[in-house]
Amino acid sequence: MKNLVEVKNIKKNYGKNEAVKGISFNIKEDEILGLLGPNGSGKTTTIGMLLGLLKPTSGEILINSQKLEGNRIEILEQINFISPYIELPKKLTVKQNLTVYGKLYKINNINERIEFLSEKLRLGGLLNSITGELSSGQKNRVSLAKALINEPKVLLLDEPTASLDPEVGDFVRSFLEDYKKEKKISILLASHNMNEVTRLCKSILMMKDGIIIDKGNPEELMNKHGRKNLEEVFLKLSRSKNELN
Amino acid sequence: MYGLFLRHFYLITRSFPRVLDLVYWPTIQITLWGFISNFFATHTTYYNNAVGVILTCAILYDFLFRTSIGFNMLFLEEIWSRNFTNLFIAPMKIGEILTSLVATALIRALIGLIPAVLLTSPLFGISILDLGIFLFFLFLSLYLFGITLGILVSAGLLRYGPSFENIAWSTMFLLAPFGCIYYPIEILPELFQKIAYLLPLVYIFEEARNILINQTVDIQNIYNAFIWNGVYFVLSIALFYYSFNVAKKKGTLINMGE
Repeated sequence: MKNLVEVKNIKKNYGKNEAVKGISFNIKEDEILGLLGPNGSGKTTTIGMLLGLLKPTSGEILINSQKLEGNRIEILEQINFISPYIELPKKLTVKQNLTVYGKLYKINNINERIEFLSEKLRLGGLLNSITGELSSGQKNRVSLAKALINEPKVLLLDEPTASLDPEVGDFVRSFLEDYKKEKKISILLASHNMNEVTRLCKSILMMKDGIIIDKGNPEELMNKHGRKNLEEVFLKLSRSKNELN
Repeated sequence: MYGLFLRHFYLITRSFPRVLDLVYWPTIQITLWGFISNFFATHTTYYNNAVGVILTCAILYDFLFRTSIGFNMLFLEEIWSRNFTNLFIAPMKIGEILTSLVATALIRALIGLIPAVLLTSPLFGISILDLGIFLFFLFLSLYLFGITLGILVSAGLLRYGPSFENIAWSTMFLLAPFGCIYYPIEILPELFQKIAYLLPLVYIFEEARNILINQTVDIQNIYNAFIWNGVYFVLSIALFYYSFNVAKKKGTLINMGE
């Protein structure tokens, strides 16, 4: 499988504070990579650099074999992002929001795309609703529709199911699994929900203090650290000194 | 009570734009109204033969105000609705973002302007159209300066984040005393006159008064206004790009709206 995301020794300093201290990883086609780590470990900074919102202090990022530096627009056409910390304009209807983003991403046949996504994400009855009046679960599905409006090759997910009830959370996870399989996309999933990561990710990066302290698939990590589940692995690694450099 | 006081005290002392905001309004109000009072005290007959001059200048100033605030509002709306990140990860060049905001700001300003222009005639018997064809150049000049200010403030928002918001609301008032909107430039102290001549506003409002009071046109004023507008416009674009790059280094773009 081809690497759609290649991160080569990226560092990010904010003044004297080293937020990310030189990390490297790849994400293949048809792969969901879990990015775990305690708060302040550098996950959001890493995602910010992948989105071109942050300029790495050094290192290189390639998306679909193209360098991010110097090709920002071409690469942004191929990626998208969802996070509970960002929202869509509240006063617009769902359809208006999706149309706006369809235009921004220069999508042909916007209406067909919206129809396809609304069917897949159970948004049919919500298209004319005001976005700000939707429930958390509905807003989450609308944000997901926005994130898929450009048929991204790379999808970055920051806590995609935070604050969702178990049913909606399960629906979103199943949808992401199916969509990834169908479209062969790469997904980077940053989450604190260890069950979600165990279910969705074949490979995991554990970050702490700006470095990757461990990596592997969930089972490997559990066996290696002698723990029953990923949550216990997370707690062990979060509380221990950095293991890998 | 003390806790609530502390909550706001900490907020103010941690943000230079907020401190500036506290000092800024009283200073500007006193300066502006001081010059206006001075002018009317010493030039009681200046506007005798041109009843609509003040109203015309007020409409022109309002157009400038609407254009600038309109531009800032478009930017602020994205921050308030926490949509900012979505916008900046869409595949749009900075030039495209600016162009769309500039065009939208014009439409917003025109929506506000047209009713004001239409109302002055039946209510006060005054038509801003008395400025003739030169009205177009004055509006164009004001529009250019309005969006220039809007771009400058947006650059500040990019660089400093939402705490720069208060500055967004007050830029126009800072410039009002120097713009010589309601009085001729001679009313300003010499140092202020030198500053005022570096702004396009003084040429625009001097020319509007010149046309209405003297019924003559001084093309040099219009020309000077466009020259200064060009200079500030280019500077504002350069500053916006610079701020975008600084924001990418400092991480303002991912923290915006939080």
